[in-house]
Amino acid sequence: MQQVQQQTTSDPILEIRGLTQNFGGLRAVSDFNVTLAGKQLTGLIGPNGAGKTTVFNLVSGFYQPSEGQILVDGVPTAGLKPHKVTALGVARTFQNIRLWNDMSVMDNIRVAQHYRLGYGFFHSAVRSKRYRQREEEIAREATELLEIFELKKYADEYPRNLPYGTQRKLEIARALSIHPKLLLLDEPAAGLNSSDIHELIRLIRWIHDRFDVTIWMIEHHMDVMMELCTHIKVIDFGQTIAEGTPDDIRNHPAVVTAYLGDDKI
Amino acid sequence: MLRRYSVHLILATLGGLVVYLAYNEYLGLYYLSVLMFMGVNIILSSSLNLVNGYMGEFSCGHAGFMCVGAYVASVLGVWLFARDRVFGAPVLDPEYALYAFPVIILAGGIAAALAGLLVAFPSYKTRGDYLAIITIAANYIIISAIENMSAIGGSRGFMGMKGVINAMEDTIYLPWMPIWVFIFTIFSVWVIRRYVSSTFGKGVNAISQDEVAAEIMSVNTNKIKTITFMLSSGLAGIGGGLFAYILGYVNPGSFNILKSTEIMVMVYLGGMGSLSGSILAAILFTILLELLRPLQIIKWIVIPLVLIILMQFRPEGIMGNRELGQTFPRLKKFYRFK
Ligand SMILES: Nc1ncnc2c1ncn2[C@@H]1O[C@H](COP(=O)(O)OP(=O)(O)OP(=O)(O)O)[C@@H](O)[C@H]1O
Ligand SMILES: [Mg+2]
Repeated sequence: MQQVQQQTTSDPILEIRGLTQNFGGLRAVSDFNVTLAGKQLTGLIGPNGAGKTTVFNLVSGFYQPSEGQILVDGVPTAGLKPHKVTALGVARTFQNIRLWNDMSVMDNIRVAQHYRLGYGFFHSAVRSKRYRQREEEIAREATELLEIFELKKYADEYPRNLPYGTQRKLEIARALSIHPKLLLLDEPAAGLNSSDIHELIRLIRWIHDRFDVTIWMIEHHMDVMMELCTHIKVIDFGQTIAEGTPDDIRNHPAVVTAYLGDDKI
Repeated sequence: MLRRYSVHLILATLGGLVVYLAYNEYLGLYYLSVLMFMGVNIILSSSLNLVNGYMGEFSCGHAGFMCVGAYVASVLGVWLFARDRVFGAPVLDPEYALYAFPVIILAGGIAAALAGLLVAFPSYKTRGDYLAIITIAANYIIISAIENMSAIGGSRGFMGMKGVINAMEDTIYLPWMPIWVFIFTIFSVWVIRRYVSSTFGKGVNAISQDEVAAEIMSVNTNKIKTITFMLSSGLAGIGGGLFAYILGYVNPGSFNILKSTEIMVMVYLGGMGSLSGSILAAILFTILLELLRPLQIIKWIVIPLVLIILMQFRPEGIMGNRELGQTFPRLKKFYRFK
């Protein structure tokens, strides 16, 4: 199948070769390959338990793959702890929102700046010049980010007190605060009502236009995928069964079979 | 201006007052030692709160680290500055004892921080109940190790620290112990406060709330855990060093699980993740212990009972998760604490 994409840069942001993940006897991901470059917005779909989240967990370094290679911006991530992978420029959201609920919205953004904090324990204890400077910069940038996401009014709130849709938005904002090259969104529309979903589509499109970031998203809502993605990959039982443009996918016989009985498509 | 320095002012007045009263012997030895134990308890409860409250782990072996600090500081001090049965004549001129004392206490803290690695390394892979068991094991390992070192008294204990205090008082006559306890108490609270309020230290709280999210949002969780455990046990070591010098005598038995439990009671009494709560609870608990002293062993029925009642009716402790300034926002006008 042809990859119909606007290749703006030649170097891939993410390259996955022959990725396989076994959980005991279960092969959750099997010989998975993908190359993401430039400012693409790509989708990953598949029935429940197909292995989509596992692929994301492997990319973010949460699991070490049983086989295969992952390169982020040309750097192999094998053996790297997740925070190191994040520092390479990979940020993500989670299928079930994972905000720090007993920490203010502002602090949720601040803590995500650890990868470029530039000071350690000693500086925090003596409140050195470097410490004060960095804290000021971090606070300023976090405020700016909250402002453009229209979340500033919640800066001192706890995330758990926010409406569900706003929590989703905050989680995306937190991921973007890392200035990622690659943004992984795991079912951002899960649990949202239809007006929130429209809002989300607008948000993702806006992020895609405004930030210099490659987006890879998992989603069960096909209308969201059809509207946003230029390229979609379909997996089932860890195996790639189809890929192409949204239109290719919609009518692909293998996809229809895989989803048979699944009313989500 | 006044708001900015009000805390400094209050502390300076308080410290000055105690030293003045002690110097003129208006304050009896008994009251003075209760005050000093208050300071030590503040150090112990706030440092344990760092792990049990802010980081959400469950350490039950805090007294073990206290023990390391107590022994290292005691042995070092006696070896350097006092005449002792085991070590013989002092190695250094006792005149320097006064200046070396804070270094000796800090050395005990550093040794305890290193002992903290005993818990920090397992914490990379282990959490919750399992880590709690490891902390108990660490407590036992430390006590047993010292019980088996007959050179420093083994289970009979170690003394001679009075000699060091006398050496300090011979140089300049001041009530040195209350002064050092006061200084180290403020130092401990101040370090913890600064750590947990920095963006760096907020990683501790992020780990407590969602460790996976913390690691994936770029927090080096292993590093933060190591620093937090080392800081917590290091400060416990400082508390232990001071404790040893106040008593003038230590034995491994006084740092057993019962002592660890006592510190835990203070943390839960004050409220998890509340520094002001830990301080308040340490003060109240010290007073309570003194009031109950005549009851002797019955004390250990009353205190757990207090804990049961507390857990029933106010499980979040006196302060809950909040600081003084959050509970009484109007207080904020009068002080700033950083
Ligand atoms: N840590 C793990 N240990 C064992 N099995 C796992 C683990 N993580 C995932 N699995 C299994 O791997 C398979 C793929 O799971 P995964 O979460 O990747 O599916 P998914 O495509 O994201 O599904 P959904 O649409 O429901 O989110 C499932 O059968 C799941 O039970
Ligand atoms: Mg999933």
